[in-house]
Amino acid sequence: MNRISGKWIVLAITVIAVIIPLVVTNKYYMNILIMSGIWSIVALSLNLILGYTGQVNLAHGAFFGIGAYASALLMLKLKLGFWLALPFAAAIAGFFGFLIGLPALRTRGSYFAIGTLCFNIIVTLIVDRWEGLTEGASPLPWGGEITFKTMAAQYYLVLCFLLLTIFVLRRIMQSLVGRTFRAIRGNEELAEAVGIHAMRTKILSFTVSCFFAGVGGVLYASYIGFLSPEITDYHVSFDALIYVMIGGVGTIVGPIIGTLLIVTIPETLHIAAEFRLLLYGLILIVMIIYLPRGIVGWIKELKGKRRQEVIWEKS
Amino acid sequence: MGEILTVQGLTRHFGGLAAVMDLSFDVRAGEILSLIGPNGAGKTTVFNLITGTLLPTRGKVFFQDHEITGSRPHETTSFGIARTFQTTSLFYDETVMDNLIVSYHCRTRMGIWDAVFQTGRSREDERRCRQKAGEILEFIGLQDRVSELARNIPQESQKRLALGLALVTEPKLLLLDEPTGGLTEEENISMMALIQKVRTRGITIFLIEHKMKIVMNISDRIVVLNYGEKIADGSPQEVGRNSAVIEAYLGAGYAET
Repeated sequence: MNRISGKWIVLAITVIAVIIPLVVTNKYYMNILIMSGIWSIVALSLNLILGYTGQVNLAHGAFFGIGAYASALLMLKLKLGFWLALPFAAAIAGFFGFLIGLPALRTRGSYFAIGTLCFNIIVTLIVDRWEGLTEGASPLPWGGEITFKTMAAQYYLVLCFLLLTIFVLRRIMQSLVGRTFRAIRGNEELAEAVGIHAMRTKILSFTVSCFFAGVGGVLYASYIGFLSPEITDYHVSFDALIYVMIGGVGTIVGPIIGTLLIVTIPETLHIAAEFRLLLYGLILIVMIIYLPRGIVGWIKELKGKRRQEVIWEKS
Repeated sequence: MGEILTVQGLTRHFGGLAAVMDLSFDVRAGEILSLIGPNGAGKTTVFNLITGTLLPTRGKVFFQDHEITGSRPHETTSFGIARTFQTTSLFYDETVMDNLIVSYHCRTRMGIWDAVFQTGRSREDERRCRQKAGEILEFIGLQDRVSELARNIPQESQKRLALGLALVTEPKLLLLDEPTGGLTEEENISMMALIQKVRTRGITIFLIEHKMKIVMNISDRIVVLNYGEKIADGSPQEVGRNSAVIEAYLGAGYAET
């Protein structure tokens, strides 16, 4: 696939995504699409720190939840409008990422994974027990005026932010800054030796990642209309992790494909929630053994092989 | 020639063990200085102490008359000290060109906002990176491997690329940790020629090397370490005659003969 046809494919998919609500009026399918869009944003943002920077963050659910709760509380208690609450809530999620990153990113590998997992559990506990602020286990209404009443409006809202997320993350990853992220993933010691400030680079990646997780959280809150502590749960982190792992770590389209597959297939096959977790586990084990770079990584590998064969034949 | 790097009383303990003990020496601007010594003498530890990978227990390091003791590795690189590692360190999943490009990041100023909004500064920085990477690519002679993954190129090319990554950072002083490790006789010669060529760019070279023939040929001066202590320094001829050096390498019986 050359560059020009690649551009056309992206354009075609975008056009299809835009006209879908005109064709699909079934609420059930629209719901799946909206959820896929929201989770795609979350998966994409996780991929920045996990896939591109190589730090296994298991607290993404917490940042998603912080974004969701922050937006609800900003609108409820400070009476902010949606368009103000959204960036502020995402910034709050990003700021928490920054704060947690300061100690957690000093550790490497599995220690970072364990550290973030602990943070996630703490956040869920706080949201659950701090009833004065979050209403605890009883649902917190997502207050304020909701301007996106119809499914189609919600869909377009999510689509806009999905495109924005893709745009920003793509710009970052194609820049010199993105190269430093990949350098950290490749070899942190060498990255330092060639003058890259590893800690600052990791914090930057983590903060941006958490910011977009927060965006996902706000969109989720605005769509569902009420919040409970479960949405900050580490299950959310693992869901996002699975979407990224299956789609393909370190690619832009991977997390979106992974999300679409995992959100859509169990829904349409009407697989019960308990079995879904079992299925996730199985899929994850199989993927890690046979396709460690996910579906997109696997396709890329096949293409690379074919290209090398072509070069081989030519020479 | 003035000193570019001065090490004073450098000491590093690992638990009860003194890996480097009260070490003092100078690196003079423009020279090729070799650091030799038996296995476990503390040579790589000296590199790690200079570049800030390790903090010294005692002692000071001066670079171009500024104290840099305790600076972090990315800082010492920005001051102008680059290094290579004993085990060839590369960004193995990136292409040769991308390896070089990212290593020039330390000489650029763009931030994440420049990346998102593709500002003039980001375009300028990326242009400079490509230019610098291209220049070094030619210097290390890997033009024909530009878009191959670093993991797929031969070992000798990987060693050249590792040297290239250090050169891209625009160093004044280059620390090379066994640049010919694992190379054949023939490859040794071309690697040595490359190192000589680096020196003609005005870059001072400080290297760790095991192969005596190479050390004796290429060095202006040699510092000899044994059990973390300096036992000799001087020209190759002086060091070659030094009885303490012969003893350290061959054992006490050979020193008198």
